[in-house]
Amino acid sequence: MAEASQETALSGGGNPFTKALNAFRRWPIVSLVLIFILSFVAIFAPLISPADPIKSNIRDRNAPPFWYGQWYEENPKVTKTYILGADPIGRDVLSRLIYGARVSMMVVVVAMVSGTVIGTGLGLIAGYAGGITDEIITRIVDIWLGLPFILLALIVAITIGAGLLTMMGLLAATAWTPFVRNVRGEVLTLRERDYVALARVAGASPLRILIRHILPGVTNTVLVIATLRIGQLILTESFLSFLGAGIPAPTPTWGAIIADGREYLRDAWWVSVFAGIAIGLTVLALNFFGDWMRDTFDPRLRQV
Amino acid sequence: MGATIIIFAASRVLGDPTVLFLPEEGYGLDAAELEAARARLHLDKPVPLQYAFWVADILRGDLGQDLGDRHPISSKLRDKLPPTLRLAVAAYIISTLIGIPLGVLSAVKRGSVWDLAGRTFALLGQALPIFWVGILGILVFAVWLQLLPAGTQGEGFSLKHYVLPTLTLAWFPAAGYMRLMRSAMLDVLDSEYVKLARAKGVGANTIIWKHAFKNAAIAPLTFSGLLLAGFVTGSVSVEVVFGWPGIARLAVEAVQTNNLTTLSVITLMFTLIYVVMNFIVDLIYGLIDPRIRYS
Repeated sequence: MAEASQETALSGGGNPFTKALNAFRRWPIVSLVLIFILSFVAIFAPLISPADPIKSNIRDRNAPPFWYGQWYEENPKVTKTYILGADPIGRDVLSRLIYGARVSMMVVVVAMVSGTVIGTGLGLIAGYAGGITDEIITRIVDIWLGLPFILLALIVAITIGAGLLTMMGLLAATAWTPFVRNVRGEVLTLRERDYVALARVAGASPLRILIRHILPGVTNTVLVIATLRIGQLILTESFLSFLGAGIPAPTPTWGAIIADGREYLRDAWWVSVFAGIAIGLTVLALNFFGDWMRDTFDPRLRQV
Repeated sequence: MGATIIIFAASRVLGDPTVLFLPEEGYGLDAAELEAARARLHLDKPVPLQYAFWVADILRGDLGQDLGDRHPISSKLRDKLPPTLRLAVAAYIISTLIGIPLGVLSAVKRGSVWDLAGRTFALLGQALPIFWVGILGILVFAVWLQLLPAGTQGEGFSLKHYVLPTLTLAWFPAAGYMRLMRSAMLDVLDSEYVKLARAKGVGANTIIWKHAFKNAAIAPLTFSGLLLAGFVTGSVSVEVVFGWPGIARLAVEAVQTNNLTTLSVITLMFTLIYVVMNFIVDLIYGLIDPRIRYS
């Protein structure tokens, strides 16, 4: 009842504009739409992209975006008009961006899921077992956080070799630590609850207690941390690709596209600029969504 | 200490690193010469012993040789460290000078245009890739407007060369400071003693700076430790994009030449810097806020 009356108070009468504005404040609509569009583009990349992202056409090198009509008139030999221009070896920038979304999303989602599973698992164990196990896991996390991750990633790129799997592993390696810390903290309070004690008395094994009784209590925290951190992973992925320590060419990734255009800023600014905008918008949308998730589901996590 | 193990492990996951910098034919080296090189680098011994040698050498101050040009790594670091530190310190100061006042302003004038501008600044700073911000800066200020130099040509450094790299590096930490300062200020401004001061009729400026700011400033200070980790990523981005002659760029160049020894030492050094700085931040924290004491 109280909630319902608050709803009406918030939506302030029947004015549809006010209603829309209020819905806008309560839900991260812009972020959701952006995230939805991005996932759609990533999943259906082969159907959407106007050209092959890898095939180059050297005659069209550095062709500008479509609104440079004059340039296209002066260069009639160009095979076609590029919506967002062509890169320094004549590949369609828009198609590369679309496929780049696919590659980046896939890598980041796989890394995030594995990082979440590892981090949550270790957090559960550390919090529940306590003692020396807890001490060791906490210490490892402390050391891990002190490592200059980017440089370590560069070492791994030399020794193991850059590639899709390496990248996923590296990103998962950055993703797991906050889960351990927060899940461990939650478990410390949860394990003292009566229902956990009862389960123990009833003879449930520690594994069963952790999965059936404690895990459901930390899922909110886990989901919130995952959404808050995924933007960071996208930034890291693009940075490693930019440095050439990511997924090797010619696979399009956003970071690599920025690197492609870097030497040609004077002649073809569109290559680097649009890829950066794509990264920025994606991370912005995810951060917004993460903030909203946190405020809604787990406001205590404000320091994450 | 554990950090050295991880760095070393990462550099040896493939087993014998000689395969990395010697091609199959081995530059015409015969087997005996290769063995001699291995022995010189302690690579003929078991891995745990290799680790012991590496740590012992570093503790004795011998950082080893660059695998490429055989120059001692320590002399390279001596050349490259000052530019990196100069840039980092400049960016750190700028980020505090921008982020903290902006956070206070945003909190005091909550909901105003200033607040909106400040929050947009912070959100963008945390969402845009630093290396791209640098590239955009070069595009706008060096290529289009031709106001500032794009990079660092030769030794001719001037203040102008610092503008773009410093601002690029400062944006991300400034965004963090702004957000933290804003939320801390909002909390404090809502507290009982600030309300009491207001009820007593204390002037708005005195409340903000004397009552609220002092207490709110603790939050961003704890953040300083976390920021250091971000500075490594930032330094690498900025030094690569602007061609800055510092150690972060040395590290990236080391990747292109498969130069493991140099890269490991640089990684270790950044770890040490992080540990030391964290310790200092902890000390300052304890001094400023007597409620926190470390045993």
